[in-house]
Amino acid sequence: MKRIYVNEDRCIGCRLCEYNCAFANSGMRDMALALKGKTIYPRIHVEGDDKITFAVSCRHCTDPICMKSCIAGAIYDDNGVIRIDKNKCVGCLTCILVCPYGALAKGENGVMQKCELCLNNSCGEPACVKGCPNRAIVYEERGESL
Amino acid sequence: MGVEFIYPEFEVIRNESRCIACRVCERQCANEVHYFCPETGLMMSDESKCVDCQRCVSLCPTRALKIVKSDCSLRENANWKSDTIKEIYKQASSGGVLLSSMGSPKEMPVYWDKLLINASQVTNPSIDPLREPMETKVFLGKKPERIERDEKGRIKCELTPQLELSLPVMFSAMSYGSISYNAHESLARAATASGTYYNTGEGGLHKDFYCYGPHTIVQVASGRFGVHEEYLNAGAAIEIKIGQGAKPGIGGHLPGTKIVGDVSATRMIPEGTDAISPAPHHDIYSIEDLRQLVYSLKEATGYRKPVIVKVAAVHNISAIASGIARSGADIIAIDGFRGGTGAAPTRIRDNVGIPIELALAAVDQRLRDEGIRNNVSLVVGGSIRSASDVVKAVALGADACYIATAALLALGCHLCRTCQTGKCNWGIATQRPDLVKRLNPDIGSERLINLMTAWKHEIKELMGGMGINSIEALRGNRLMLRGVGLTEKELSILGVAHAGE
Amino acid sequence: MNEYLIIGNGVAAAAATEGIRSVDKAGTITIVSEEAHPVYCRPLISYYLEKKTDISKMNYRDKDFYERNGCKVFYGKKAVRLDPEKKEVKLCDGTVLPYSKVCIATGSSPFTPDFPGIDTVDKKFGFMTLDDALSLEKAVGKDTRVFIIGAGLIGLKCAEGLRAMTDSITVCDLADRVLSSILDSDCAALMQAHMEKNGIRFLLSDTVERFDKNKAYMKSGRTVDFDVLVTAVGVKANTSLVKDAGGAVNRGIITDEHMRTSLNDVYAAGDCCESRDISSGTSHILAILPNAYMQGFAAGVNMAGGDRIFDNAIPMNSIGFFSLHAMTAGSYDGELIEEKNDRELMKFFVKDGLLKGFIFIGEPSKTGIYTSLIRERIPLDTIDFELLKKGADYMAFSPETRRKKFGGVV
Repeated sequence: MKRIYVNEDRCIGCRLCEYNCAFANSGMRDMALALKGKTIYPRIHVEGDDKITFAVSCRHCTDPICMKSCIAGAIYDDNGVIRIDKNKCVGCLTCILVCPYGALAKGENGVMQKCELCLNNSCGEPACVKGCPNRAIVYEERGESL
Repeated sequence: MGVEFIYPEFEVIRNESRCIACRVCERQCANEVHYFCPETGLMMSDESKCVDCQRCVSLCPTRALKIVKSDCSLRENANWKSDTIKEIYKQASSGGVLLSSMGSPKEMPVYWDKLLINASQVTNPSIDPLREPMETKVFLGKKPERIERDEKGRIKCELTPQLELSLPVMFSAMSYGSISYNAHESLARAATASGTYYNTGEGGLHKDFYCYGPHTIVQVASGRFGVHEEYLNAGAAIEIKIGQGAKPGIGGHLPGTKIVGDVSATRMIPEGTDAISPAPHHDIYSIEDLRQLVYSLKEATGYRKPVIVKVAAVHNISAIASGIARSGADIIAIDGFRGGTGAAPTRIRDNVGIPIELALAAVDQRLRDEGIRNNVSLVVGGSIRSASDVVKAVALGADACYIATAALLALGCHLCRTCQTGKCNWGIATQRPDLVKRLNPDIGSERLINLMTAWKHEIKELMGGMGINSIEALRGNRLMLRGVGLTEKELSILGVAHAGE
Repeated sequence: MNEYLIIGNGVAAAAATEGIRSVDKAGTITIVSEEAHPVYCRPLISYYLEKKTDISKMNYRDKDFYERNGCKVFYGKKAVRLDPEKKEVKLCDGTVLPYSKVCIATGSSPFTPDFPGIDTVDKKFGFMTLDDALSLEKAVGKDTRVFIIGAGLIGLKCAEGLRAMTDSITVCDLADRVLSSILDSDCAALMQAHMEKNGIRFLLSDTVERFDKNKAYMKSGRTVDFDVLVTAVGVKANTSLVKDAGGAVNRGIITDEHMRTSLNDVYAAGDCCESRDISSGTSHILAILPNAYMQGFAAGVNMAGGDRIFDNAIPMNSIGFFSLHAMTAGSYDGELIEEKNDRELMKFFVKDGLLKGFIFIGEPSKTGIYTSLIRERIPLDTIDFELLKKGADYMAFSPETRRKKFGGVV
């Protein structure tokens, strides 16, 4: 399955991925209209210091502990893509407690959200990947753990 | 302020209706032009630090930014241009030599733009490069004077070592130190993939890049940095650098702050020491001395590598080239005065040397006149900007061209000409790890390969138009050129007729 | 063809079904459900009262879950006897179900002490099942006085859920603090104060001596008048099927890492069995949903002939009351390291160079990184724990770890 991978040797810490993610999931046509004056709730976040930076988003684990722990049965496996049914989520935050990557966070209205590989918006490929100016984020098929 | 004040050269224009205050511009500017004001929630800028490298403009996700030249004008006149006046102000403040980067921005004649290429009509057919085979391959090195046969009458095929280029373009010398590791990797990978060569410059060869040796020209310059036996044998050819087009007659100086980590190890000098390349090679005072070095290097590499001697285009270049052609060198590289540099004294860069077109024409003619043209191949550089410049250079007599500025542009350089600060926002002319990262060699090499591919197509089209299907057949074929707007003297040095003749 | 039998229809049972089907698409699966509902999310019953969810959304799996997985479900039936020799289970109505492998996922039942006079109380409820919640919803109105015995997770979630419906809620507990099983006294005090601010009244270190209809006489001498009583004192594991059949049972059913009980071809999963808690090294019941799923799934895989172990159970809870969140994991054993600011309180427990447990109160973010330190037993000297204490962040890990975690399939 294609997943998102981040190469920290290439990540330049510009955080464009966060904005591209927020824009892609806004459903709006223009980034300025979508994001101007707003706090953004991206599903990918950049961590690091002034030397090393890297973007973190859902790993779409083969054995997703968030899905197994969700008390509302809101997290589900859609052919390997781990998705969340926002209608079912009650905001108990158990997924935050168990995800070893810190990949889930609350969205604008307090409901949990996570990377769903842009399957639901019009990008065709994940917006973070498409917009990464240094090809640090890639969307590809990789084998077992490197 | 006051008498020291110089109004910023550029203005940052921010479209407030589009700016989303994502602060990407702020994070991307090593010059710290942009900053976020938490009180107002607005992005601000300190334009005095802007060098117009366009990094912020290129990364702004909402196209909210542009950089324009300030129209705050000094009272110029034809003699005292604003740049000239500002240089006086700067020197009056600093008391120092002015430093500049990249090629000279001064308005000097570009002869390439005054030369026009021929095309076939009716009497000899042009060739369609999409249908007919076209050969852009060239070999650099000494060529035999005449066909020789052995006692049984068989042709002697053994040649002195040659460089094989899939097109007559190579990446010229830029040292690891003046440019980044990732820039070097991009050049090395692109040269390998494109069937050409890149050049280490005077910085040695990083151990990671030995694998690209068959497409590497290793340089030996006056400071001898990074030169050892393994290094000499790692490359496909060795270049002795006598001079550089942007700064003929002077040496180089890479400040100690850039001699860090791998740069220091590769140059074989302690971290933090200034890398000073002397103006002359202290062992070369004559063509005979040069010959000694040429043969020392050939000896060290078992006569398997061609030796290039690189000189700057200066006044009596044809006599110099004639000497080099007799020194045992296989290739002469001539660097014209519009050539680039990571840092040079402004006065030298803008006032010393001669244009490459005139130097090339003069040298080619002189070597032909003396019957020694086949002793050497001629490579020219110093602002080759396009495939048509390459074709014109070949028609004027060059075997191949060196490009550097064009290659850097392909890597993302925006010609802001502030390489000497070491804060290249595009990750090219810097050693700061956070900035170096910005040049992804996957992307860099891909773009260089694209450039070479595009130029090769264009060269073929221009050749086809002339009815020539092999680049070798164009070399020195000055009948394929005509001059426009040139004086009799210029035309006679170039050896071309005026348009209409 | 294998005949799989699952006793119980909670999350562990659903997980067992998914576990079986991940290996065996063909064998028949029979599920015996005591409740008359398809598998639903038990922990959501308080959210139901709060109207943060509704019955349709409380289904744990989608509508065609049983059909898709080829399951036959007996609703409203209780299994009364397990015969591991004959490999069959008898239901309350006399039906006998044969099996090749059976999974006991019977969960737990509320435990109510025998308070004198409890029989005189008219409206009394537990708070374990959807039916409990539905009955409470009917019984409680704006002026209803609710008295809850037990200030643990169930009692307090019930209090929060009912708070939207009534202004009068009193909670008593024998312990001196709320959530005594998961919070220490500092954190409990914070949580208690926050709940009091939101209108919940507490009577702690106190218990009911006797009831007389709508009045509770407390040990302290106080009295509580109420209309509705909820008992949330504790639960006990439903172990009798295995126990009566001669299987090894402690407080809960004892299983190995493959979720096998001591009886042949009998597996167990969920709140009815014990787990080995790797943070404390002891075996006890870890009645939490993630544990139920992981046990159930492992049981299912193994029942179908696969090989899957579940060997890294730890207690963990993410629980919020009136927008103040607490997250806890592991055991509170070892050196205490405390990080505090005006919005958050974080307590780490470190022993033998490992993180053993933590308590966090505040607005959580990326807390799972800490949990993974406990579960994966990551030696703290291989990471920058000083940095990690300030906030969960992968910068604290080595570049190799990051390459492994972010550069490949995990």
